[in-house]
Amino acid sequence: MAEAAPGPDRAGWALLASAFVVATCGLVYELLAGTLASYLLGDSVTQFSTVIGTYLFAMGLGAWASRGVVANELAMFVRVEILIAAIGGPAAALLFLAFDRVADFRLPLYGLVLVIGTLVGLEIPLLMRILKDRLAFADLVSRVLAFDYVGALAASLLFPLVLVPQLGLIRTGFLFGLANVGVALALLAMLPRRGLRAEWLAGWLVALGLLAGLVMAERLERMAEVASHDAPVIHAVSTPYQRIALTRQHDDLRLYLNGNLQFASRDEYRYHEALVHPAMGRSARPARVLVLGGGDGMAVREILKHPVGQITLVDLDPAMTRLFTGSAMLTALNNGSLSDPRVRVINADAFQWLRAATSRYDVVIVDLPDPTNFSLGKLYSLSFYRELARVLAPDGVAVVQSTSPLIARRAYWTVVATLEAAGLATRPYHAYVPSFGEWGFVLAGHRPIAQVAPRLPARLRFWDAATEGQASRFPADMARLPVAINRLDNQALVRVFEEEWGAVAG
Amino acid sequence: MMDRRQFAQGTISAALAGCTAAEPPFPGSLGGASSQRGHLLRQAMAPGRPDDVISTDIAIVGAGIAGLSAGWALANAGQRNFRLLELEDSAGGNARSGRTPVSAHPLGAHYLPVPNPESRGVIRLLEQMRLITGWQRGKPLIDDYAIVADPDQRLLFRGRWQEGLLPSLGLNARDAREFAAFFAAMDRWRQHHGSDGRPAFAIPIELASRDPAILALDQMRFVDWVAAQGWSSPVLRAHLRYATRDEYGCEPAEVSAWAGIHYFAGRRGAAANCDGHAVLTWPAGNGHLANRMAQRLRHHLMPGMVVGSVDRAGDRVVITAIDAQRQRRVEVRAQKAIIAAPRFVATRIVPAWQGGDAGFSYAPWVVANVSVSRLPAGPGAALAWDNVSATSDSLGYVVATHQVPRGLPGASVLTWYQPLSAMAPADARALLLRRSLAEWQAMVRDDLLAMNPDLEGAITRIDVWRWGHAMARPTPGFIWGPQRQAAARLDGPILGANSDLSGIPVFEEAHDRGTAAALAALGRDPEEARA
Repeated sequence: MAEAAPGPDRAGWALLASAFVVATCGLVYELLAGTLASYLLGDSVTQFSTVIGTYLFAMGLGAWASRGVVANELAMFVRVEILIAAIGGPAAALLFLAFDRVADFRLPLYGLVLVIGTLVGLEIPLLMRILKDRLAFADLVSRVLAFDYVGALAASLLFPLVLVPQLGLIRTGFLFGLANVGVALALLAMLPRRGLRAEWLAGWLVALGLLAGLVMAERLERMAEVASHDAPVIHAVSTPYQRIALTRQHDDLRLYLNGNLQFASRDEYRYHEALVHPAMGRSARPARVLVLGGGDGMAVREILKHPVGQITLVDLDPAMTRLFTGSAMLTALNNGSLSDPRVRVINADAFQWLRAATSRYDVVIVDLPDPTNFSLGKLYSLSFYRELARVLAPDGVAVVQSTSPLIARRAYWTVVATLEAAGLATRPYHAYVPSFGEWGFVLAGHRPIAQVAPRLPARLRFWDAATEGQASRFPADMARLPVAINRLDNQALVRVFEEEWGAVAG
Repeated sequence: MMDRRQFAQGTISAALAGCTAAEPPFPGSLGGASSQRGHLLRQAMAPGRPDDVISTDIAIVGAGIAGLSAGWALANAGQRNFRLLELEDSAGGNARSGRTPVSAHPLGAHYLPVPNPESRGVIRLLEQMRLITGWQRGKPLIDDYAIVADPDQRLLFRGRWQEGLLPSLGLNARDAREFAAFFAAMDRWRQHHGSDGRPAFAIPIELASRDPAILALDQMRFVDWVAAQGWSSPVLRAHLRYATRDEYGCEPAEVSAWAGIHYFAGRRGAAANCDGHAVLTWPAGNGHLANRMAQRLRHHLMPGMVVGSVDRAGDRVVITAIDAQRQRRVEVRAQKAIIAAPRFVATRIVPAWQGGDAGFSYAPWVVANVSVSRLPAGPGAALAWDNVSATSDSLGYVVATHQVPRGLPGASVLTWYQPLSAMAPADARALLLRRSLAEWQAMVRDDLLAMNPDLEGAITRIDVWRWGHAMARPTPGFIWGPQRQAAARLDGPILGANSDLSGIPVFEEAHDRGTAAALAALGRDPEEARA
């Protein structure tokens, strides 16, 4: 170098260090927005591409706007840092919480990206102008841009390797907000501050707010993840098979699988009594009972009110049966039924297990999730019911929970018709469960299932002989209509189910 | 002249050539029809004294579908004294399958359509295998679990997955009109009979009409026939290109109009319990059928046998081979030999057939089995068994676990197919050998991620299989030309059996040729195979 430029002084070094920090923060916000968008909107290529584009464009706006700052660049730089911290820090948490509360999620997303991008765009031009008197121009540009780009590299490595896996998106946002406001506070502390008391105060307030956010991040995460439920979530877990969520509002405990209500403790006795007793009460000697699904143990609780030999319960998800065997709050609901010595719990896919099964059962209770997708639709297929018929004892009785005959009339009768196509005699019936609405069930057996008063255990709260007498009557709005058989190769049920329930959901 | 695709492939390979030494991006393997046994072939062809001599009534060379079908027919006829000599370590040929810890998967052929009523040989096979479980109103009842589960196909077209392989959304009026006209014409051909009273198109092709007016279609290129009908919709043409590449591994300009129409009009499948257009498939693809056939024939099967020559000695046949596993020279003496190998191999090992492969050409393919930690998704229609992108040069992927009673979320194997149809077969074969595992894996990954960006980070392994001679190419004049018809003739003690003798590379043709050759070897009328 021909001319020995003076090196940066202590304040100069501090400003260069802040170039590094703000560059890191700036890229982290951009990555956060892109990741959030691809998490919540899907299609990561499009989301990342548009978020990055918008962000860079906004940075251009900021850089251009920096010419409007005519004096006291340092004060402006400090204000910009505080603003970025205040907006960028909680941005991830806000976007998570807003996701299902706004009509179009892209509006707040791109709004935030524009605002943060513009503010970040102001940073480097302001910094260069602050430093212009401390360094020669060539040195200034080289040092500021070098720190800027190295900061970006640090962010791009930290984000996927450390921040997302270790901290998660919400905490990462708060942490880097703190870094931004930290830069502002450090500069205020080190540099002569003339009349920047308001900034000093605002900086500390934002820092405290972000710190609180960081501490409460876990609660925020929980709120955000399950914001789709009406009641507070008390437990939520994602298993390889499904998302299990428990909510509680006053005395009402509810179980959701993938967002679909499975039971409400307030009225689940209606559903489970209606599901279990008509079948159990028709079996002369229920020595062997099979339950497919029903990992919550509620159906088993009802079965145990009868004199039974042994109960085999096949549920896919070990997390589900573990939860309903171990949690005191939940075993209070199912009377600890899954720990009864007569009960054997098997965690397997009902179809694969059934296909390999060789024993015969006197009663089979099929309590599987509604056919909301092609995978679940197979559990209502002709092939599945043929396997069911194979394991059902000659005088055995099976019952299938089969969606609402009122809301999904064709879906309900598809289940009935498919059971019949598998060679079984059926007896359709329905019951009213307030949290579900009018609900449908089907009894099935090798022999015709007569209209008889089943033997019912004492002290049932809902099901009795008179109710059962009414249950097989289907008024005009639920009456049988011609439908297709649900086969593996046509998945007729899933298509009809989606149509009918889709019409209700609007 | 180099077209756009060739240029693209050229640049890709040039770009990749720079990183040949690169570590493969994923765990995996590079496999293919044994070329490492090539040196044993020269050894087998050289004269020398045998270490072992085996005598048998009938020797079958090649245990692909044709050879297994020949063995199956011999076993059905009560013949117990026959041998099945296979070059590879396992039977199945192009229908072989592989396995990962998650699932079995195909290495090549992956389905069998519901059989046409005239495909009586295959129907009898399916009945014996209990894949046809009974009959109802004159139509077969197919095993529920073998019928492809719904949804069976989806197409990525203009950024969205649609059900089926025919685009239905986003077509303009001309596209829709030409699609309708094309399929109406195919329906007419499907019902059409020639002047000899036979169906215009049939499976096996031996049962098809020889009406010269119909056979004239074989002299013409498929593209020219399509153009002559006045159809020029690019979307229709893209679909026809998909079809000829999928079925024949060829561009539509390289197959005859007869072959092109046969693909669409040759199928008249009928079943009592499913759609006649449905297919039968299994996680292992047609490996399921091959493995079950090989299981029945296991006591006759001799794997790892490199056959060097098949010679006539009086009224007998002498086969010279090297047993690759035991490194011994073996002589098999038989009354009859069935050469169930592709013609380009058969003409090399049977001196009497030398030069008899003129007119035969073969399409090279690449098949990759991609292990994934989660199933693909995407906007629009849900994941299907067969998933095709309208913009990709691959034929998309088949989900190996689709036929498992319940496809649960989680790990699976995607079988990805690509015929190297954009260049001359010999050039493509050279490319096939030149490219490293790393290069293939990068290409497969890029193609899959372009279709399913949601698979980013989910690919755990890519196993690549190279087929240098995957199938015979039905070029104009080949199927109804004199060379193929002469090669297909069954006379003398050495009998040919392979799907390439039909020119249509499907299971049914291989089965037909194998069964007919077995009947001929037993001194019976080969036409019984089709009766």
